[in-house]
Amino acid sequence: MIAIVDYGAGNLASVAKAIGHLGHNSVVTADADEIRRADKVIIPGVGNFTATLPLANGDFGTAVRQAIAEEKPLLGICLGLQWMFEGSEEAPEMNGLATFRGTCTRFSEAVKSPHVGWNRIEVQPRSRLLKGILSGAYLYFTHSYRAPICDDTIATCFYEQKFTAAAERGPLFGVQFHPEKSGTVGLKVLGNFCAF
Amino acid sequence: MRSETLAKRIIACLDVDGGRVVKGVQFEQIRDAGDPAELAAAHSEAGADEIVLLDITATAHSRNTLLETVRRTANQIFIPFTVGGGIRSLDDAAAVLDCGCDKVAINSAAVADPLLISRIASRYGSQAVVLAIDARQSGTTAWEVYVWGGRKPAGLDAQAWAKRTEAMGAGEILLTSMDRDGTQSGFDCSLTRTIATAARIPVIASGGAGEPRHFVEVFQQGAADAALAASVFHFGLKSVNSIKQEMRDAGIPVRLTC
Repeated sequence: MIAIVDYGAGNLASVAKAIGHLGHNSVVTADADEIRRADKVIIPGVGNFTATLPLANGDFGTAVRQAIAEEKPLLGICLGLQWMFEGSEEAPEMNGLATFRGTCTRFSEAVKSPHVGWNRIEVQPRSRLLKGILSGAYLYFTHSYRAPICDDTIATCFYEQKFTAAAERGPLFGVQFHPEKSGTVGLKVLGNFCAF
Repeated sequence: MRSETLAKRIIACLDVDGGRVVKGVQFEQIRDAGDPAELAAAHSEAGADEIVLLDITATAHSRNTLLETVRRTANQIFIPFTVGGGIRSLDDAAAVLDCGCDKVAINSAAVADPLLISRIASRYGSQAVVLAIDARQSGTTAWEVYVWGGRKPAGLDAQAWAKRTEAMGAGEILLTSMDRDGTQSGFDCSLTRTIATAARIPVIASGGAGEPRHFVEVFQQGAADAALAASVFHFGLKSVNSIKQEMRDAGIPVRLTC
């Protein structure tokens, strides 16, 4: 069972729908016990970095950190990926999970923001999450803040400058794009995660 | 300077009435073009980058039919999905988003109550709010906003309104030229360029698509971020893929799927 953590940040049904389409079971849940029972965890989310506050502490935070300590595969999507970095300019007073090094920053006034649409990614061959995805593949993005390149970056995207499109370390994965909205390429990424 | 890699989007629009896709051809005849869920899946398969479903009657009576249509359609596609028509409140927006769409398009209700934009954006994020503008030319370089399905002038300048809605939290602008809508004579590149270069959020051009070259024109001359069309796709006049091939040949970044 895959727990899709419902911490109040946006619409999670489409992630569950995509996972169901791939033939896997998932549950959208706000229940810490259900997160503990799951064998994989997905942290989706859209919107402001402050929306990740419920993940910072309390029942949610404890359950998610316990899943990480037990080395359960975890996938952060969009805001979920940004939360896996140390923090974001969007809410400087808050801390992220700090799995990945660096702070998320806003796109400058030089480009339209949010960065909305299908953009190409450059994939590092060592990636397990993106196995079978070729560099040049298009995925769907929609975000106003971007994660920096770090040691764990396994795919980059270019908009104004290069940023992290995907990162992974051990069983911990994060993607800035929306795999549930990226057609067959996105479904393949989710399928790779479900198979871990 | 590295070239831009963000693809210009082609969006297929389904005009829906009573659970069926319809399209008025120059407002005269209404042709039944099929089941929305099936058509959405077919467009997605054919390479459309997004699907927009517009409830063209949008009466309270038809609301439950619409929600069921949205739910069925959302189950068929794994690309971004926007729903518009008759969204007048945060509750209306929540109802369609809960049925599985990703964005709502709001038009008349935002003119009547601009704070509605902020309310939806603060609950669901700006990426979920598409501000639809129906504009008609009112001067050499001026366009006026119309509401109520194009029946009533709103007394607003399209450019000023676009900037204002951006400040209130709209994530994208869906800009329809009423002068071109239904004519298949090409997008209004002048209108599109005016809004797309003034706005700091993406602008989707709509109204007038008839030929692949019209899409090339609206991206090159109109500076559009995306272009939307309905009947040009439904009746097999041109496939999404043939339009994208022509865009690629013109040097426009595009996502080719087949």
